[in-house]
Amino acid sequence: MLLIACPWCGPRDEAEFHYGPEAHHDHPADPALLSDEEWGRYLFFHDNTHGPRAERCCHSAGCRRWFHTVRDTAHHEILAVHRIGEPKPETA
Amino acid sequence: MTSQPHRLPDRGRVDRARPLDFVFDGTPLTGYRGDTLASALLANGVHRTGRSVRLGRPRGIHTAGSEEPCALVQVESPFPEPLVPATTLELHEGLRASSLAGRGRLSPDQDPARYDTLHAHCDLLVVGAGPAGLAAALAAAHSGARVVLADEQPEPGGSLLGTGEYVDGLPGAVWAARARTEIEAAGARFLPRTTVSGYFDDNYLLAVERRTAHLGDLAPASVSRERVWRIRARRVLLATGAHERSLAFADNDRPGIMLAGAARAYLHRWGVLPGRRAVVLTTNDSAYAGAGELAAAGLDIAAVLDARPRPGRRAARAARAGLDVRAGQVVLGTGGEEHLSSVTAAVRGDADRTAQDLDADLLLVSGGWSPAVHLYSQSGGRLRFDEGLGAFLPAGSRQRVESAGAARGIGNLAGCLADGAAAGRRLVEAEGFPAGRTASYATEPEEAETPPVHLYVVPGRGGSGHARHFVDLARDVTVADLGRATRAGLRSVEHIKRHTTAGTGRDQGRTSALLTTGALAQLLGAEVGELGTTTFRAPYHPVSMAALAGRDRGRLFDPVRVTPLHAWHTAHGAAFENVGQWKRAWYYPREGEDMAAAVERECRAARTGVALMDASTLGKIDVQGPDAGVFLDRLYTNMMSTLKVGRIRYGVMCRADGMVFDDGTVLRAGPDRFLATTTTGNAAAVLDWMEQWLQTEWTDLRVRCTSVTDHWATLALVGPASRALLAGLAPDLAVDNDSFPFMSLRDAVVAGVRARVCRISFSGELAYEINVRSWEAPAVWESLYEAGRPLDLTPYGTETMHVLRAEKGYPIIGQDTDGTVTPQDLGMSWVVSKKKADFLGRRSHSRADTSRADRPQLVALLPADPHFLLPEGTQLVAEDTLPAERPVPMLGNVTSSYRSAALDRTFALALVKGGRERTGQLLYARTGEALVPVTVAHPVLYDPEGERRDG
Repeated sequence: MLLIACPWCGPRDEAEFHYGPEAHHDHPADPALLSDEEWGRYLFFHDNTHGPRAERCCHSAGCRRWFHTVRDTAHHEILAVHRIGEPKPETA
Repeated sequence: MTSQPHRLPDRGRVDRARPLDFVFDGTPLTGYRGDTLASALLANGVHRTGRSVRLGRPRGIHTAGSEEPCALVQVESPFPEPLVPATTLELHEGLRASSLAGRGRLSPDQDPARYDTLHAHCDLLVVGAGPAGLAAALAAAHSGARVVLADEQPEPGGSLLGTGEYVDGLPGAVWAARARTEIEAAGARFLPRTTVSGYFDDNYLLAVERRTAHLGDLAPASVSRERVWRIRARRVLLATGAHERSLAFADNDRPGIMLAGAARAYLHRWGVLPGRRAVVLTTNDSAYAGAGELAAAGLDIAAVLDARPRPGRRAARAARAGLDVRAGQVVLGTGGEEHLSSVTAAVRGDADRTAQDLDADLLLVSGGWSPAVHLYSQSGGRLRFDEGLGAFLPAGSRQRVESAGAARGIGNLAGCLADGAAAGRRLVEAEGFPAGRTASYATEPEEAETPPVHLYVVPGRGGSGHARHFVDLARDVTVADLGRATRAGLRSVEHIKRHTTAGTGRDQGRTSALLTTGALAQLLGAEVGELGTTTFRAPYHPVSMAALAGRDRGRLFDPVRVTPLHAWHTAHGAAFENVGQWKRAWYYPREGEDMAAAVERECRAARTGVALMDASTLGKIDVQGPDAGVFLDRLYTNMMSTLKVGRIRYGVMCRADGMVFDDGTVLRAGPDRFLATTTTGNAAAVLDWMEQWLQTEWTDLRVRCTSVTDHWATLALVGPASRALLAGLAPDLAVDNDSFPFMSLRDAVVAGVRARVCRISFSGELAYEINVRSWEAPAVWESLYEAGRPLDLTPYGTETMHVLRAEKGYPIIGQDTDGTVTPQDLGMSWVVSKKKADFLGRRSHSRADTSRADRPQLVALLPADPHFLLPEGTQLVAEDTLPAERPVPMLGNVTSSYRSAALDRTFALALVKGGRERTGQLLYARTGEALVPVTVAHPVLYDPEGERRDG
């Protein structure tokens, strides 16, 4: 059971959170300009990282805010958290 | 027969003033408070506790603790419990237990006991209250740190309870009791009878405290039987000790063969001599102290066989004290049927010439000690094999955890005390708590140790094979079984564990793991260290499902949501269905009606008169802000920003892949304020979806979303007579079609209560959704019900709602769709904007896959037999005989199926490949063995022109 440091509420139990998709994989500004292949890359292709991975996380049973975590997928250790809009930390 | 013939009159920590009667295998026996079932049985001369799981061989008490692989018994009363180690089962009045053959019996009755959960946070959790754990807690407790000390036994002391050693001039158990008092006085928490079973991420540990089982019939009903502790610790110190192990020699499993340390514990802790005449077999120094003490207490020791050619100083001292120490000797085999009767000793490596049979009813074995590294490994800790000790030791973890004492290979009392004290001090100081002066402890002097010999398999006489050389007594796994596994090509200990089941018993290989690996190393010609260990996983000790469930069972398993009108529905005989966490009124059967009859009556009322439904469970999200219109345009496939204040629009939401995710209506209450409704089961998911976009990618939009599902109650008034009924209760509201057109809303007073009335129809009939504050809903509902009596107003439930909407071809997202269906597949291209530059899912609608002609499309099906109700989920095929081709090509499946009063027949909705092109075609539905003919039809079967909508 992870202890996740919500950037707004501090360290809280994993049970209060909901994980989200890969971070920094944002919706293209104008999908109409993309080829089928480019759009398919956005929809269906994600890094299957073994190691640090940035992903979205929501403190859904707390402040309900989304933020980013950098989690090592090998053992789930959360290496960093940062608010939306802040640059990705060095660990990732 | 005298009572307890093996009990010594003046030894042990049992309370002789409190004898206890118990029954084992139907025989009434007596023990004392403080006994375990195992010690009481041994006191009565009973060793055999059952038969082995696979081979049916007699098995007895092998250890004195929770690592017991053999003596697993069935508790019959007070409450049946299978596979309980007799070695940890505290004797209590009224205990009835029986022997088992490897498998227990679960009670068919519901467990009447209560179970509970507590959360704890601490700076230091010390696991194990033996010498190292107590010393650590003593060093840490005065620092001001929050310290928790947990131990599986009823009292602190660990090994001190069973060795008779002294600390600071006090008997070990007395010192431990005093240490406990001091630790608790300093504010630390001591948890006895508490086994830490799981070590998870971020120093989160799960422990189970057994609170009342040891009280038997006297357990107070008000106290939970077991309590789960969920502990978050800044630092963890594992002082979990070590487990002694046996050796693999022929017939090493008979009752009467016991670990040497266990016999010593039976003497010191329970005052029991588990036999009359013993042989001791050892590979190390640890057996000598116990052997000497047992001899002094009256046990006749025939010989001490020490596998080491030069056993060293402790052996020499034992020999001087009169023991027959035989250097370099081992056990070749044993004799006896139900109990050990003889031991064959021989010089190691020269068996055939030197073999000698010794009469004995007890064989005490020490094959070395394996540190209990289970929790350390669970924490993510690495292990390394120490060649000198012949043991796997902790070697670094990414979590803040350390081990102390025997758990990291320290073999003597003085070392464990010093190690624990140093670790306790170091760990709290690392958390910023000054520990002050660390105590040092006086122990009795010991001779220098002589290194052990690392021996696992002892060959039998004359190459007799290894079919009775057991490595895992719990699972009946022998060296021969391991040989078969290695000859089959297996080398990994993980594979061999699964192939042979070694280490998979209740004890999870506590006493057998290293013996198994040692035997394998011998078979494979490999080193123990390179074979490694199998993965240690939680739970370390079995945890009952009831304990994990705690109070979250029955009514408290999942919250139940009810609408403000629930009491009315109940009082009027509604049947309920679960929709997510909601209880929704399903239908209202009258006297003598079944569900079909009730639904038909309710449907008829809605189509021909007036009917009333509680739609309060609809998800409602208040969307506010200057950019709310832009936001909704991006979320919904159609245009929402052009909606005029006071108007309502139906909308569909897709995910980026273009598949329908939810639908509902959006009403505009003001220039910057919308109210979006969602399907009942999807309300939370839609709010999460909205918030995710606003917070992560559309952060420039000034929009706030709030769930108001529970704030509003929604009463759906449906049917041709609904307008007249509403007019009567809302005299100030102009209800004619021009003043109050379809898909508009009015704020009005209904039955004396401020309401928001929406002209929305999910049935195709003239209908109103009357929204009121939830606490006013019962009064408004009653007023409608009373005013509707002359019109035979009929309350209806969700089943009728489903029939009415299906007759109109309105899909239910999640029932008629499955996450692979686009709005176009549903025949709803009209809801997909051609004007908007973009919305979520738009780009996906022009992918090759979403625009192909043979996509599943929503259609209606009319069975040729108008009384035949197609089961939902039925597969559809093209021909009236199944083709030989396998798999049979399927055209689609039934998603909804009902009897229709309005159509006077059954009908269904289905997703069918290229379905719209098939309108009028005959298809076949496979139900059971039959292929039922059905005709494909346009999904709107009732009032396709929409003439009934305006009344």
